[in-house]
Amino acid sequence: MRKSSFWLRCVIVSILPSVVFADMGDTLNIPAVSMFLVFVSGTLAITLWAARRTRTASDFYAAGGKITGFQNGLAIAGDYMSAASFLGLSGLVFASGFDGIIYSIGFLVGWPIILFLIAERLRNLGRFTFADAVSFRLQSTPIRSLSACGTLTVVLLYLIAQMVGAGKLIEVLFGFPYEFAVAVVGVLMISYVTFGGMIATTWVQIVKAILLLSGASFLAFAVLWEVDFSFERLFQSAVDSHASGNLILAPGQLISDPISAISLGLALMFGTAGLPHILMRFFTVPDAKEARKSVVFATGFVGYFYLLLFIIGFGAIFLVGANANYLDANGMIIGGSNMAAIHLSQAVGGDLFLGFISAVAFATILAVVSGLTLAGASAISHDLYASVFCKERPKDGSEIRVSRIATIVLGLAAMILGLSFENQNVAYMVGLAFAIAASVNFPILFLSMYWKKLTTRGAFIGGFVGLISAVVCVITGPTIWVSILGYAEPIFPYKHPALFSMSAAFISIYLFSIYDRSPDKAMEIEAFDNQFVQSIVGTIEEKK
Amino acid sequence: MIDLHKKQSGEVMAQDTYEKISLDFDFQKLVKDRTNFSWMLTGVMLVSYYTFILVIAFSPHWLGVPVSTGTIITWGIPIGIFLIILSMVITGVYVLRCNREYDGRMSEIISRLNV
Repeated sequence: MRKSSFWLRCVIVSILPSVVFADMGDTLNIPAVSMFLVFVSGTLAITLWAARRTRTASDFYAAGGKITGFQNGLAIAGDYMSAASFLGLSGLVFASGFDGIIYSIGFLVGWPIILFLIAERLRNLGRFTFADAVSFRLQSTPIRSLSACGTLTVVLLYLIAQMVGAGKLIEVLFGFPYEFAVAVVGVLMISYVTFGGMIATTWVQIVKAILLLSGASFLAFAVLWEVDFSFERLFQSAVDSHASGNLILAPGQLISDPISAISLGLALMFGTAGLPHILMRFFTVPDAKEARKSVVFATGFVGYFYLLLFIIGFGAIFLVGANANYLDANGMIIGGSNMAAIHLSQAVGGDLFLGFISAVAFATILAVVSGLTLAGASAISHDLYASVFCKERPKDGSEIRVSRIATIVLGLAAMILGLSFENQNVAYMVGLAFAIAASVNFPILFLSMYWKKLTTRGAFIGGFVGLISAVVCVITGPTIWVSILGYAEPIFPYKHPALFSMSAAFISIYLFSIYDRSPDKAMEIEAFDNQFVQSIVGTIEEKK
Repeated sequence: MIDLHKKQSGEVMAQDTYEKISLDFDFQKLVKDRTNFSWMLTGVMLVSYYTFILVIAFSPHWLGVPVSTGTIITWGIPIGIFLIILSMVITGVYVLRCNREYDGRMSEIISRLNV
């Protein structure tokens, strides 16, 4: 570990001055940059500390299973509350009112489902990745290849969306050029994950969650202060200032037809239960009981955060949207509706608080991309390298080395993709990631634990059907086919594919399992009973 | 017939331990109670959320009706907040019951079976 500490120090020494002395012109936001530097120094110190504690594969992937339920709940919240949800959802409430609430609810309702059906059994069956649990009784090679494909697709889509969002945001907030912002995010996330593994990632997420929750609490409090803590006045002021008037208090344009509404609802609810970076967090706690606690705390923090976002979004309508300082010549908000929360922070707390919220937004991005990169790296090193390539017998220490290399490769890929998608519309990517998680990871994980007759062949073929149908539906749908490729009519008429791709996945998993004639089928079904006991009881050696 | 290609997964117990536990009457009863409880709460979540989604899908204007005369607040707002609070509360209910009841019953079974 001495060697890695050395390299980590090199990163610190080379990044800090380059940020401080980079000549970015007079747009540089000094309070924001200084607060961000404090965050970076703090998290790099955590990483140094974590690097000394990262010795085994279990430390690297799962923080040695030593995180408590409360800590993990905060870390999950830190992993899940992305800049997209902070700025995007408050921006959505700012722009269209109630529609933003619909999305936030969708992002939250998956959590109880994870708790009731997934979290404890997952913890009892797996070690580092959700594929561990699925391959408990199914064949490792096909299952891990499938889940690595599902994981990497979700991770890369999510990473691109975060990287492009980060580049744009940092460009506006800090006055750094786009390329420099993407590079800083990339280098920092590679440092956290490569050196500090899950321990560093967890603590970065915890710190970020605390910062984000405090920042958002202050913003919401300031908004409520303006309206004397009267919700009637809050909504009245918002309606008076918004061009759509009281239409903002009812479902609007965003969800236009019943099929889209249902499909979006499915993707949000079950996508959450299939996100690899979230599922992975359940292995950082010692047992199922702590896994359970993590979800309660996570749901509490995330739910509280969304309640704050409503107040922030509606507050921004009259505090930002009706304030000429934040509007351009055409009366539109400067920087687009995603900047609503940022402008609001200046409106209620001045430049210093603006700096704080900007730094928090940057920290948010870093925490989320680190979690994603770690999940992607473990799909490569644990599922593909150690389990498929080495047939579960990797040479000592080689797995952790491969995971570090995979982290660096993924980080570089994220930076390159972030640069090449700079001027593309990436808003659909998180939606697609949720749809894929709901159509690949969720069905195989759920059915492996709840449906005895699931076979390897059924899961493998059905999982790929889900993956391919989700991708094809989005490519031929309105977002890519019409808006990006410029065709007049979409082939697939709906914006949200989950209703169709999830059905395709479940139906084909069912059919290919039932009509499976492979020799292993009987053994896989028989092993369900043992898996079931294991999933309920967990590791009883510790209890004796 | 758990075989050894499962080594990378969770810890694997001995075959007779599995059988001893799974054939135990109290274990079966506990699993049944717990599973029913989980599915009941899952049902509550699914019904509440998809009722909301179906209203948005088929009759969105319902959510735009003010909750009473003289207020601007529409039904959509309290219903939305209710769903958020429900998610938070229902997870708490589940964990409370697991901690108070199911965990104790499980450890009794394990110590009685002496596995």
